[in-house]
Formats: sequence, structure tokens, C-alpha cells
Amino acid sequence: MIYERSAIAVIVFGIFVAVTLGLSIYLGRRTHTAAGYYAAGGGVPWFVNGVAFAGDYLSAASFLGICGMIAFFGYDGFLYSIGYLAGWVVALFVIAEPLKRLGRYTFADALDKKFNSRGIKLAAAISTLVVSVFYLIPQMVGAGVLIKPLLGLPHWAGVVTVGAVVVFIVATAGMASTTYVQFLKGSLLLIFTGALTVMILNRGLKVDTNPEASATQTVTKTADGELVNGKPHGRGDGEADLRPVGHVSKLPGGISETGPLGPIEFLSTLRESEVVVWPKTISEDGKTTTYTAKTKSGADLLRPGNSPTFAGLQKDSLPAKLNFLSLMLALFCGTASLPHILIRYYTVKDSAAARKSTVVGIAAIGCFYVLTLYMGLGAMTGGAMDVSNNNMAGPLLAKSFGPYPFAIISAVAFTTILGTVSGLIVAASGAVVHDVMTGYLKLDMNDAAKVRIGKLAAVAVGCVAVVLGIIFEQMNVNFLVGWAFSVAASANLPALIMLLFWKRTTKQGIIASIVVGMVSSLAWILLSGDTFKDVYGLKADDSPVPFSQPGLVTIPLSFVVLIVVSLLTRPKPA
Amino acid sequence: MAGFQHSHSPTEEARDPVAERFNARLGLLLFVIYLAGYAAYVLINTFRPTTMEVVVFSGINLAVASGMALIVGALVLALLYAALCRLPNGGRA
Repeated sequence: MIYERSAIAVIVFGIFVAVTLGLSIYLGRRTHTAAGYYAAGGGVPWFVNGVAFAGDYLSAASFLGICGMIAFFGYDGFLYSIGYLAGWVVALFVIAEPLKRLGRYTFADALDKKFNSRGIKLAAAISTLVVSVFYLIPQMVGAGVLIKPLLGLPHWAGVVTVGAVVVFIVATAGMASTTYVQFLKGSLLLIFTGALTVMILNRGLKVDTNPEASATQTVTKTADGELVNGKPHGRGDGEADLRPVGHVSKLPGGISETGPLGPIEFLSTLRESEVVVWPKTISEDGKTTTYTAKTKSGADLLRPGNSPTFAGLQKDSLPAKLNFLSLMLALFCGTASLPHILIRYYTVKDSAAARKSTVVGIAAIGCFYVLTLYMGLGAMTGGAMDVSNNNMAGPLLAKSFGPYPFAIISAVAFTTILGTVSGLIVAASGAVVHDVMTGYLKLDMNDAAKVRIGKLAAVAVGCVAVVLGIIFEQMNVNFLVGWAFSVAASANLPALIMLLFWKRTTKQGIIASIVVGMVSSLAWILLSGDTFKDVYGLKADDSPVPFSQPGLVTIPLSFVVLIVVSLLTRPKPA
Repeated sequence: MAGFQHSHSPTEEARDPVAERFNARLGLLLFVIYLAGYAAYVLINTFRPTTMEVVVFSGINLAVASGMALIVGALVLALLYAALCRLPNGGRA
């Protein structure tokens, strides 16, 4: 679909980016020490840190991916919302306080406090880098997706823009500027998605009887470009563009419009309605994609199992069910293992502040995830979706309310990506400098050198993320984040949990657990059917692993390895 | 940004093993309660997905109601935890 460039959107976007950069420069002038750069001096107020948790966590996957998945497939996207939030329970009740007591800058500190082992520092640093890069890919893909309609630039330009802005933010002030960018972004995200939800409820549901609204659409790749519905892709004479879609075909009681609805009434009315959705089929030669209107009952859309990802839930397919269990386990265990979330516990002064900021984070994130259901269903029925790109459902929903909501929501989404990417890059640069260079290599560096090398590492990680963001353009951002959670949960969580709760844990056990968890989950992902299909262009059936999500196998495997190795290497009694 | 100091080193906080043990046990108890709810939700979705279609109140099905309950439940338990946790000096959080 071709998006018209919006002058208002460009101006609002410019203001957001300018404020973000201004804040970074201001805070950068006050950051001179390694503690200031990597942990904001441990002086962030707990409420600010709590909202910044939401800023860190509500990434492109949550805002663009979940909203798009609900808009295209109904309830299935909400399963991700629940899994993402549930992970915070592990973070608050099990990890937050001991981690704060044990660590200083990075989560490797916490793992290593008891043993002072170079091997643990190296293993934890590599795991932090791998998870951060995995998590960065969907953020960068999301940036490219957003910049296309906003500024009319190609995907790669969006990715490069985000990369450049974020590297600037991180290289100027590190964790201090990142925290306040997150706070700003978390607040804006909640305020404006709340406002958007009020607009959705106020608009209510409306039947669209125009036959053209349900007409089949095709996109064919040719040597010269693309044909849309048999005509060259464009907006001029003799050209055609994809039509925005998404409407209700029948409301309960045969009415044509509901008028404003309450939050429960909206869901119950939709459940009794019929909605037109747009499944796609691809021709055998892979050149033509056909989007066909299909009427589904609201009751059907508000139950699990409509998306290709979770379709197996409605069938009697054991691998599909195991795949779902595996994903939900990874989401539950992954949050408390994400390096950019873990380092936020070091920006507050004590464990009570860590606890309180997590509660604020859960409140903010929980509110947002409740709103995702309304935004997704609002996009599904709002007549503004791009059939060819589900990541754009949220911003296009805002567009259906006018240019200002679109401009603001797009700018907020962009700030969302900036914030999350900044946090990830700080985590990655902390791992390089604090864990690898001073911890593992034992390089003697003063504070200024630590900050300088950290900034160089931030630039390097930013460049890697830009390249990967361009390569993975076609992947659903939410799906990619699911993988990052799997790797984080397999590599980091068993080591953290066992260190805290099992006295016989040894340093060899921790190192083995991190390495096996990371390598096995990565190998599983690289051999999965989804990777075969979407990345290598091979048949999913040729994959050697029975289901795509690794967590169900690799998380327990990492626990078992830790226990066995710890038992084999336990110190002999004196 | 008053009160936000960027350049001091993080300090070691006062330790109180009794309070730490109490908080850890409370956290584990609340964790187990939530885990039971989450596990039930995931297992019903996996092995009895049609159960999720049952309307539980005001035209809302079990899928939506249980999902919302897990989100709200996480917040309620988090608030409970914050209210009951002990500080190192023997006080309440």
C-alpha cells in the first residue's frame, strides 16, 4: 500500500526526536563516571524507574506487533499480551530484590558475586550480547515499518535513522538519558493509547455494506515491479493501489451502527457480530499474493487459534500444542532474563525501590496490554488496515481518526523504538566493557576509559542492529521478539534462579547452564520450521525439529545441565 | 529532575536477613499462586480451547475474561506484595 506523506506527522515526529535528543545532551553533560553511564548513578526515583520499565518493555513488538496480530487474527495476539505481562510476576516476586542486592551494573555481577569467576563474566556477557542483538532486530524492523508511511522513506532509511538517533542518545549520556527517554516514552504511550481506545469506544461499530469493501485484492511481483489487481502499482491513471480494509459485515439485531459503546459492551457486541478478515494465499510460483475477504463470527475471532502461529490449537496437532506451550513458557520466563530489564534494577538506590518500581511497571504495562485488545479490534473493524502489512495496523487505526492522531501515534511508536533500542544498547555496551574488558580480560581502565569504550561499543552494536534490521524486513516483529525471549529464558533464567535458591550451585554449573541454554535455543531456532520457511526460503516440513519455539526443551535442559554439572564439580568437604 | 544524581557510585544497602527471608518467602508464595492461574490458563487454551468460547458474564467469553483476570491479578498480587514486604529496619515497605 502506498502511504501519503503527512506534513503534520513529519512536524510532530521532528518535535519528538528533538526533545529526545535535547534531553540526552542535557543529561550527557552531567554524566562523567562509569556508575553514571551504566547505572545512572543508582539515583533514579522509583516511580520514574517504574514508568521507564514500561518504556523499556513496551517495545515495537507490543505496540506494532500485538496490535497487528489482533487486528488480523483476533484473540491470538492477546495471548502474547498475557504472556509478556505474566513474566513480570517472576521478575517481581523472585528476581528483583536479590538481584538488586547482588549486582552493581550488569546481571553478570549478580551471577558472579559469590564466585568471582572470569568464565561466568564471559558467558553472561556473551549471552547478554546475543539476547540484546536478537531483541534489537524486531525493533529495527519496526522502525523501518514506521518510517515508510511517516516520512515516505524506504525501509532501510528508517532503520538507519533509528540507529543514528539511538547511538547518539546512548553515546551522549548512557543510562541516565536512556531512563528519562524511557520515562517520557512510557508516559506518552499510555496516555495516547488510552486516548485512542476512548476514540474507538466512542466510534462504536458500524456495518459497511459497500461490495467493494469485500472485493479480492492481488499483488503480483514482476520483473519491472509490482502489479496490484492486475495494474501497475501506483496512484496515477491506469495504476492501482491496495485498498484499506477491515469492517463489520453484520451487527446483532440487524442494526447498521451501534453508536458509542462501553468497554464490556464493545467486546460483547463484537462477539455477536460478523467481521470481514483477510487471509492471504500465495501462488505456487510465489509471485502472486491473493487477499480474499472472509466473513467470520465475532465469537470465532475472540477465541484462540485463528492465526497461522496458533492454528494448531483448534486442531488435534500435538506439535502445534507443544509449540504454544513452549512459547508461553518462554514469555513467562523470559522477562526476568532480559538484560535491558535486569540492568534497570541498578538505577535505583535499594531493593525496596527496586520492588516499588516493578509494581509501577506492572501497573503501567498491565494497563497497556488491556488497551492492546481494544486497539487491535478497533483496527480490525476500522476500515484502515493495510492487508499486506500487519505491523502497521496500530498507526493506520490512528489515521482513521484523522491526521493528528496518526502523527502523534506514529511519533510515539517511533519514540517507543528509540527507547527500547537505547536500553538494549546500554545493556550490550555494559556487557562488553564491564564484563568482558574489565571482568574477563582484567584490563585496568579508569572511569573515563570505561565510558569511552562503552560509547564505542554502543556505536558498534548499533551498526550491527541496523544491518540486521534491514535483512529481516519481512518478519513479524512480535514473532521475532518471541525468539529473543526464548534465548534469554534458556540462557539466563536457570542460572539466576539456581544461584538464588540452590546452595550447591557451582561456577562450572552456571557457565555450563548459560552456554548450553544459549547454544541449544539458538540452534533450535535456526533449525525450526519457521526459520526454514521465512529466512531460508525452504519447506517448513524439512525442519529437523518438531516445533519452532525452543523454550519447552531448552529451558529445562539448561536447568538439568546446571544441576548435573554442579553436582559433578562440587567442592570436596575439607 | 531534582534529586537525581548521576555521578555517585551505587552504595551497599543495609542488610536484614530476617526481613529478606520474609520477603523472599512472601514472593514465592505469591509467585506460586499466580503460576497456578497462568498454568491453568495456558493448559485450557492448549488442550481444551473450546472451553474458552463459553460466555461467563455480560456476553464476555472465558478467553477474554480469564486473560483480563490474569492482567488485573498480576497487579493485585504486586500491590499486596508491596504492602506486606518488610524493610531492613523491621518496618513495612
